[in-house]
Amino acid sequence: MALFKRKRVRDYLEEADIELSDVKVETVEVKPELSVFEKLSGSLKKTKSSILSKLGSIVFSGKMDEDTLEALEEALYTSDIGVKTTESIIGEVRKRSSKGEDINDVKKLVYDVIISMLDKSSGPVQVTAKPHVILVVGVNGNGKTTTIGKLAHYYMNMGKRVLIGAADTFRAAAIEQLEEWAKRTGADFIKNQPNSDPAAVAYDSYKAGEARGADIVLIDTAGRLHNKVNLMNELEKISRVLKKLNPDAPHEVLLVLDATTGQNALSQAKQFSRTSGVTGIVLSKLDGTAKGGVTIAINQEMDIPVRFIGIGEKKEDLQLFDPEVFVRSIFE
Amino acid sequence: MFEDLSGKLESIFKTLKGQHRISEENIKVSLREVRVALLEADVNYIVVKDFINRVRDRAIGEKVFEKLTPGQLIIKFIHEELVRVLGGGTAEVAMQKGAPTVIMMCGLQGSGKTTHTAKLASYFRKKNKSRPLMVAADIYRPAAIDQLKTLGKQLNIPVYSEDSKDVTTICVNALEFAKENRNDLIILDTAGRLHIDEEMMNELIRVKEKIQPHEILFVADSMIGQDAVTTAAEFNEKLNFDGVILTKMDGDSRGGAALSIREVTGKPIKFVGTGEKLDEIEVFHPDRLAQRILGMGDILSLVEKAQDSMDQSEAERLARKIEKEDFTYEDFLAQIRQIKKMGSIKSMLKMMPGIGNKLDAMDIDEKAFVKIEAIIHSMTRKERNKPQLLNGSRKLRIAKGSGRSVQEINQLIKQFEQMNMMMRQIRKIGFNKLARGMFGAKAPARPY
Repeated sequence: MALFKRKRVRDYLEEADIELSDVKVETVEVKPELSVFEKLSGSLKKTKSSILSKLGSIVFSGKMDEDTLEALEEALYTSDIGVKTTESIIGEVRKRSSKGEDINDVKKLVYDVIISMLDKSSGPVQVTAKPHVILVVGVNGNGKTTTIGKLAHYYMNMGKRVLIGAADTFRAAAIEQLEEWAKRTGADFIKNQPNSDPAAVAYDSYKAGEARGADIVLIDTAGRLHNKVNLMNELEKISRVLKKLNPDAPHEVLLVLDATTGQNALSQAKQFSRTSGVTGIVLSKLDGTAKGGVTIAINQEMDIPVRFIGIGEKKEDLQLFDPEVFVRSIFE
Repeated sequence: MFEDLSGKLESIFKTLKGQHRISEENIKVSLREVRVALLEADVNYIVVKDFINRVRDRAIGEKVFEKLTPGQLIIKFIHEELVRVLGGGTAEVAMQKGAPTVIMMCGLQGSGKTTHTAKLASYFRKKNKSRPLMVAADIYRPAAIDQLKTLGKQLNIPVYSEDSKDVTTICVNALEFAKENRNDLIILDTAGRLHIDEEMMNELIRVKEKIQPHEILFVADSMIGQDAVTTAAEFNEKLNFDGVILTKMDGDSRGGAALSIREVTGKPIKFVGTGEKLDEIEVFHPDRLAQRILGMGDILSLVEKAQDSMDQSEAERLARKIEKEDFTYEDFLAQIRQIKKMGSIKSMLKMMPGIGNKLDAMDIDEKAFVKIEAIIHSMTRKERNKPQLLNGSRKLRIAKGSGRSVQEINQLIKQFEQMNMMMRQIRKIGFNKLARGMFGAKAPARPY
C-alpha cells in the first residue's frame, strides 16, 4: 500500500525554513543522528512512490487543463478539505485561470485562494490578563492532555509562570497523566479527587493561580463527544464558574482537533463553539500523514483561528500555525 | 445532505419522467449525489471512485422492478454494495481451546485502545466466561499503566504490569503469569503509535513474532477522515492484523472510514465501541453501518436495545391498560423509567431513520425527565390516578414540593393531555395491532 504513503508536515516545516519561535529550536532536531539533508532525502524517497507526489507533479507541471483540475480536486479531497470547500476552491480556480495557462501561475493562484480562506488564522496568541485562563476542550482521544503539557512548556519558555488545573476528573488516570506533564515542564499543578466536580477544580485552579501570581492558568477538561448534551452542559458550567471569579475568564478556549479527523471536525467545532465559545484551534497529530484540511472548511464557516499545531509527543512538539506551510503540505 | 439522499434520488428520477429503465444518463445524475454523500461521510476519495464505478456497472441496463422506483433501486444497489464491501455478516474473535487466547491491540494514539482492552475483557468474561488478564504494554504515555489498572479495578479484572523498558519482555512475562494464574484470555494493550514511526512499528512486529497472538485487532476512531486508508494499510502491511474495532460510534460521525479500511485491508470490522461505559461494545453489523452511512437510521439496533431493556410484562400491562382506560401519571412515570433504561434519548433518536442527522443542531435536554419525575413524585397517589383533580392550590403545592414553577407544571399537564388524546386515537386503530408491530415480532422487516 505504498500508494497511500504521504509526506509529513514536519518535513515541510523544515523545507520552508520558517521562523522558529524561541521554543522551536529544539524541535528541529528530531533524530540527531541524521543530518537534515539525510532526513529530507529519506522522506523524499518515501514519497517518490506515492500517488500524491505524482499528483503534485501533475498539478504543478505543464499547462492548465481538465486533468490538472481533477488532480487538484483529488489532492483537496484526500486532505479532508470536504465537498463544499473543495468545490468552492475549484470554482474559484476555474474562474480565475484560463486553459493553457502556465502551471506556476495556477499554482500560485491555488495557494492564494486557500490562504485567503485561512487569513483569520494568522496572528499571535496574546496574553491579556493575569492570570490568563486557557480552557482546553475537545472530543476523547484527540490529545488534550498532551497539548496542555506542550502549552505549559511553550509559555514557561517565554518566562511565564504556568499553573495547570486537572479538571478531567472522569477518565481513568487522566490526573496522573497530567501530573506527569506538570513535573516534566515544572508547571504548578492543581488537582482534586477522581470523579469530583470539574468546575470546582477550575475554581480552585484560578484561585491558586491568582494567589501564586501565575501568568497562565491552563485547564484540562475531560474528552467528550460533542453530541452529548449533559457533558456539554458541564463545560458550560466550568465557564460559568470561572466567569464568577473573573468576567473575562476563560480568556481563551482552545479546541483541540485531531488532524486525522474527517468532516466530523466541523460538527465538533460547531458544537463546542456553541457551548464554550471556542476562541482558537490546536490542530494535533500533524506529524502523521493526515493533513487536517477540514480546518479550512471550519475557517470558511466559522470565525475561529488555528493557533497551534502539534507535531509529536515531546514537550517541544508544538508550533505556531503558519498558513503558508500548511497549504504547501497539502500539495507537495 | 445525507439523510436526504433517498429523497434526492427520488426527485431526480421524477424529473427524468417516463424512464422506466436505469440509463447511463439518469444514473450519472444520481451517482453524483451518492458520491457527494460518501465523501461527506469520510469515505476515501479513491475508494469512492471505485465504489461508484461498481454501482454504475451493476445498475446500467437493469430493468426497474414494478414495486421499486429507479431511485429506490439505486439505493438498493448502493446498500447492497455497501453491505458487501463491509463484509456481509458479523465476525467475531475465535477463542482457543486448551491454550489461552492472546489478543493484541494496536492503533494510532487516542483511538481508544486502553478503553477497548477493558471493554473486550469484560465482554468475553460475560459471553464466554473467560478469565481475562489485561497486560499494560504501553510504557510510553504518561499514566497509561495507571489508566489500565484503574479500569481493571473497576471491572475486577487483573492487570499485569512491570517496570521494564522492553515491551516484548513484559508480554512474555505476562504470558507466564497468565499460565500460573489460569487466565485463558490475555489482552495486550500496546502504546498508540504513528504508522510511519518505524521504530515503534518494529516494536509491534517484535512482539508479534515473539508472542504469536491469535488475534491482532486494529483500533480505529470512527471519526477518522481520508487518512484512514494510509494508516490502516500501513498497520496491515506491518502486522497483517485480523480485525478492526471501530470506536466512538456514539458520536455523530457517519463512520465512512470503516468502508475505506475494509477496502484497503480486506479485514473485517469485528466490534464497535458505542460509549464511555465499559459495557458499551457491540458486535459489528455491516447492514446497520450501511444504513448509517446512507442516513437511513439504525432501526435494528434500536429494536434490539428496546428488547434488551424493556420489561416485557410491564410493557404488556401498560398496553392492556391503555387499551381500556386513560393514561395516568403513574403510567407516565412507569414509561419514563422504561425509556431511561434504554439509554439516552438522543442515542435512541439517532437510530431512527430520517432523524439521525437532524439531531446535530437539536438540543435534547436529557434532564427534562428528571424534572417531570420530580413533578409527578410531588403529586399524591390520588392526583396521579385522577389527573382532573389538579386545581390551582394543588398545583401550587406540587410546585413547591418539586422545586419547579407552576408554569412548568401547567406545561406538563398540557403535554400529558395531548398524550392522552393521542392514546385515544391509537385505541381507535387498535393498540394491539400497533404493540404487536413494535414489540411482538423479533425485528421489523429489513428496508429491502
